[in-house]
Order: sequence, then structure tokens, then C-alpha cells
Amino acid sequence: MGLPAGFDAAGAYRAMVRMRLVEEALVEAWADGLVPGEYHSGIGEEGINVGVVSHLSGRDSMALDHRNTSPLVGRGADLRTLMLEVMGSEDGLNRGWAGHMHLMDPDIPAAADGIVGTSGPLAVGQAVANARLYPGRVAVAFHGEAAMNQGMLMESYNMAVAWNLPVLFVCKDNKWSITTYSAEVTGGDLVERARSFGLAVEQVGGNRIEDVYRAAGRLITRARRGKGPGFLHASCHRPGGHFEGDPIVRLLHNPRGQAEEWGPPMIQNARAKTGGSRGDQLAAVKVLTKRGARAARDYTVRARMDPVRHGRRLLEQAAVDRIEASERQDVEQAVTEVRSAMGSRATFGVSGGTR
Amino acid sequence: MTVMRYGQAIDFALGEAMARNDNVVTWGEDVRLIHRDLLARFGPERVRDTSISESAFLYAGIGAAMAGLRPVVEIMLIDFLPVAWSGIANAASKFRDFSGGRWEVPLVVRAGCGGWYTDGGQHEQTLWGQLSAYPNINVVCPSTPADAAGLMLTAVESDEVVVFLEHQLLSEQWIDFLAGNSRTTVSFDHLVPPDGVEGEVPLPLEPVPLGQAVIRRDGSDVTLVSLGVGAHRCMEAAQVLTASGIEASVLDLRSVYPLDKDAVLEEARKTGRVVVVDEDYVRGGLTGEIAALLLEAGVTTRYARVAVEGTIPFAPHLEYAALPNAERIVTAAKRLE
Repeated sequence: MGLPAGFDAAGAYRAMVRMRLVEEALVEAWADGLVPGEYHSGIGEEGINVGVVSHLSGRDSMALDHRNTSPLVGRGADLRTLMLEVMGSEDGLNRGWAGHMHLMDPDIPAAADGIVGTSGPLAVGQAVANARLYPGRVAVAFHGEAAMNQGMLMESYNMAVAWNLPVLFVCKDNKWSITTYSAEVTGGDLVERARSFGLAVEQVGGNRIEDVYRAAGRLITRARRGKGPGFLHASCHRPGGHFEGDPIVRLLHNPRGQAEEWGPPMIQNARAKTGGSRGDQLAAVKVLTKRGARAARDYTVRARMDPVRHGRRLLEQAAVDRIEASERQDVEQAVTEVRSAMGSRATFGVSGGTR
Repeated sequence: MTVMRYGQAIDFALGEAMARNDNVVTWGEDVRLIHRDLLARFGPERVRDTSISESAFLYAGIGAAMAGLRPVVEIMLIDFLPVAWSGIANAASKFRDFSGGRWEVPLVVRAGCGGWYTDGGQHEQTLWGQLSAYPNINVVCPSTPADAAGLMLTAVESDEVVVFLEHQLLSEQWIDFLAGNSRTTVSFDHLVPPDGVEGEVPLPLEPVPLGQAVIRRDGSDVTLVSLGVGAHRCMEAAQVLTASGIEASVLDLRSVYPLDKDAVLEEARKTGRVVVVDEDYVRGGLTGEIAALLLEAGVTTRYARVAVEGTIPFAPHLEYAALPNAERIVTAAKRLE
């Protein structure tokens, strides 16, 4: 199978590189203490984000989840105000009220919500409005596979089908529900689950940008023509964990340090005079060992599914170099400006307190 | 006595309660990893991970409680409880009454709450005022490790519904994720009350009764009423007020419901000035409730409140200004002179 019609490999690669650079800059800023709170990076989701967002323009709307930086970058959000917002500046996109989890841009239009699963019903509402106010425009909900166990997301699949709405649900399946392995808490098959609602379903490897582009294009075209909602299942990997500081990632990067911290209290608890049976305790060890093994496998094997690396293979080396150099220059300039605007902030600029 | 951290004390008390009664179980998102010590001691049958399905796993807790277990259902952050609000508003608060008093719901809802650590308006609410509005829902938020352990023990052994709120600034876990072991470039030291984070816990554990406030500092000029981190902010404010010749009492309520009315009234009669410091919304909550209590009791007192007046902003300096900080408390107390 060749590249899909209309697919611009260079443009797609440029968009993925831009997302990756912005995400990396924010991860670095988080580590440097410039980003308050949590940061859920979209590193590893670039293939999905670009593959879907490439089909959107104008009044096409997006309901985003906690990994929302990249889709906004893909829709052309201003890098400076976006990064200032994530760093908690009043000069940011949302005047310092949102932070990275609740970025809002009515001009795109796109709104993010940190409550798991809410992008579904929000997109359903956007689709109702779009169908009435901007015929031909679609609404896209980005969510993870873990959100598919949240009732309201399933209810919104049903509403979308029952009302025949121009909406696309994009399931970015990274296999982890926060730090719980999704398969341990999920029954059945998610793609079959979506299909059973009557959604038009496509399934792709999210690291293969051309496949995402093709599948998303089919579902979005269908939705624009009033033929009903779609569901795109795309696998991905989250090398940074649930958020920066994720204890599982810490465990993988520094097993000895984490074992020294976690081990003794666990052993002490297992040895308590009162507690479960030996069998209960062996089962507990098995549960944690299994999770650790799954994490180790995911963070080594699946880490090879890098969408940016795959996108690079679709281009000549000269084009790759040219794109990377120009995007790097652009993003670095924005980062330099934003960092100099923020200064150093060990206490995030809070000088109050009486202690 | 032994020294424990706040979150550690809660898990220690829950472990004690689980050891005493085989029917105590806990479930919620990520609990096997977060409470790995309890998992190691009691095994995966009694310490269960849930999917991200708050409405179902809270209601399941109600069902299990009525069917003979004593579930401690953990909602990672209280901000996620509204996803499952019907479980509180229509079920946990109602079923004992619907049964004509024949059926108890011995459920504990455990959740992180509160701010000061820069996590934005959807992860830092307390919601304790709204929670305490419903019938049959007890709501507590301890400010020290000793109270955290004592209240958890009481909550699990109670036959009633108890919402046990664990303040995120005091609980080591969140600060550990967001600073601590994950990055050394950030410090919350200027905001974290040392007495709340770590302290002595009596052994054997002493249960702390629901609805019993405690005086943290005795003064004659003004009474500062609060709970959770707010109690510590009041202590900080009291220090500042001393320099101005004002001696403040600090009353730590520990429970939003039941409210220790006697303790509030006694303090109000003594000092004649009450400042309620609430890390919850100013409308429809604890501050209004205490004002009504004072009026109904006919206690003549001057009154002020320091609370959260809108969405908690993300930017740290805006967040600090929006929360009931010591500077705001001092200003409010001085105005009552």
C-alpha cells in the first residue's frame, strides 16, 4: 500500500517534529522547575495528532484531554502564549488560569478538560452545534483507552450514533490507566465495544502517520457528509509515563533507588503479625511483579514505535534535515523568549507565606 | 508514640482496621501501587485497582457496604467525585433513611483534597461544604498525622458514611510526584506546614471521635476557626497577630459534619470575634453555616470569613492569593478590632 492520496509526507513530518520539540521543551522546563503542577506530555502521540489534525481547519472543533499541547500546536496555536500558560504566566493563552490541563482556545476552537472521559460528551455537544451553525464541520474528541471505562464516554458514543452526529472519537491507546495496566481493569475488546455502538470503526498503529492520516480521513469525510460518527483506535506509547514524575517510570529508570524506598515498608507490612494469608501475600507480589514486567516491556519494546522516527523514513535525508533545522530554530527561539520572560522560579514566584 | 508522615499514618490506621476486621476492603484508581504496603499485607482480594469509572465504583461501594462489607472507596482527588455525585446525593446519603433505619451504609469515601501545590482549579478543590449538605454524610479533614490516623480508624469502624479527606499538601504522595523525588528544582517548603506533614502518632492508635474540634492555640482576643491546612494557616496568622498585640485562639474543627457547635459557641462567647477560614467556596458552605450557628444561638460576636471566592487559578501567585493564606487571615482578624 502506497501513501494515501492527499498525504503530504513533508508537511506531516514537519508538524510531528514541531510537536515533539515543543513537548520536549516543556518536559525540560518542568524538570527545571518552570512548569508548576503536573505535566502530561504528548510525546509518542505525534503520529495520531498530526494524522487527525491534518484533516481539520476553520470551525472544525476539538475536545481535548490531559495530553492537549500537541493537538493545539498542530492547529497552529501560538507557541509563546501556549508555553507561557503552561508555565503559569498571566501573559499566557488563558491568562494563567488554565495551566496545561485546561488549555482553551476559542479561535481554534479547542477546549481541554482534565476529567477523564469528558472529551466525548463535549465533542458530542460541539457536533450538535456544528451541524446547526457550521454545516460540514466536524467535532473531534481525543481520549485514551482508559477513558473507555468511564460511563459518560460510552453514553456519548451512543448519543453520537443515535443523533447521527458529525463527530470522531480518537482513542489513543497507550495501554495504561494512570499507573494501572488497562487490561487488568478492562473487560472485552475496545474496538468491538465501539463497533457495537454502531460507530464506523478504523484501527491503526498510531506510529504510522500515513495510516492514521488515511483512516482519519475516511472517518472525517464520512462525518462531514452526514453519514454519522466514527471511532479511530490508534495504538501509541507514552515514554514519559502518565505524567512527569510518574513512579513507574522512576522505577524503570532507577530500580535500585525506588526499591530501597518502597521495599522496606512493604516487607515490614507483609511480615505484620496480623494480615492476609501467605497466599494473599504471594498474590500481591505476583500482581506487582507482573505490572513491573509489563512496564519494562512497554518502555523498551513499544518505545521503538516512535512516530517521528517512522515519519522520517518517508522522506529524503536532505528534506529531513531541512525540516528539523527550521522547526528547531523556530521552537528554540520561542523557548528562549518564554524562558527569559519567566526567569528562575524555585518557589514559582510565590513570595507570600509567613514561614 | 511513633513519628509518622501524614499519608503513612492514614494507611497505618487503615491497615489496623483491616487487620481487626476481615470485611474491610479498599478499592480505587491505582490503589495497589499507591497503597502497596496494604497490598503487601492483605493481598489483592482486599486491595483492588479499579478502572477509571468513578460513578460505578462509588455506587459499588455503597452496594458492598449494604451487603456486609466495610469498603473504603478511594476517589483519587475529591474533584473527581462530582463525576459520581449521585452516589453521594441520592444513594449513600439516603439509603439508611429509605430503609426506615433498618439498613446501615458503613462506607468510607477516601479522597485527596486541597491546594497550595499548583495543580489548577480542577485538582485542588475541597468540596467539603457541599458534601456536608446531604443527610447522613460525615465529612472530616485532619490536619496532623495523629488526627489522620485517629479519624481513619473511627471512619472505618463507624456504621455511617464518612467522607475522609486527605489534604494533598500534607500527604507526601503529591508533593513527592510533583517535586521531591521527581525534581529538585522546585520547593514547597515555604508552604508546607511541618507539623501537618509529620508528627507523633499514639500507639496503640487512639480513635478521634467525629464532630470533635480541638483548640490548637488558646487566645482571648479573636477565634480563628478552620480545618485541614487552614488550621495551620491560622497558626501562622496567630503568630503575626501576636506582634500586633492580638492573641488569637485557633480552633481546628477536624470534622465539617458533624460540626462541633459547642466548641465554636464557647470560643465565640469567650473572644467575641470569630474569623472562619475555609479552603472551600465562600457560598453554600462552612462559613455561612457557622454564621447561622452563631445567629441561631444568639451569641453576640463580630464575624468575618476568609474563603475561596471563585475558580482556583493555575498560576502559582494567583493561586496563593485566591486561597485563605495567612496574610488574608491577619487582615480579616484585624478588621474585627
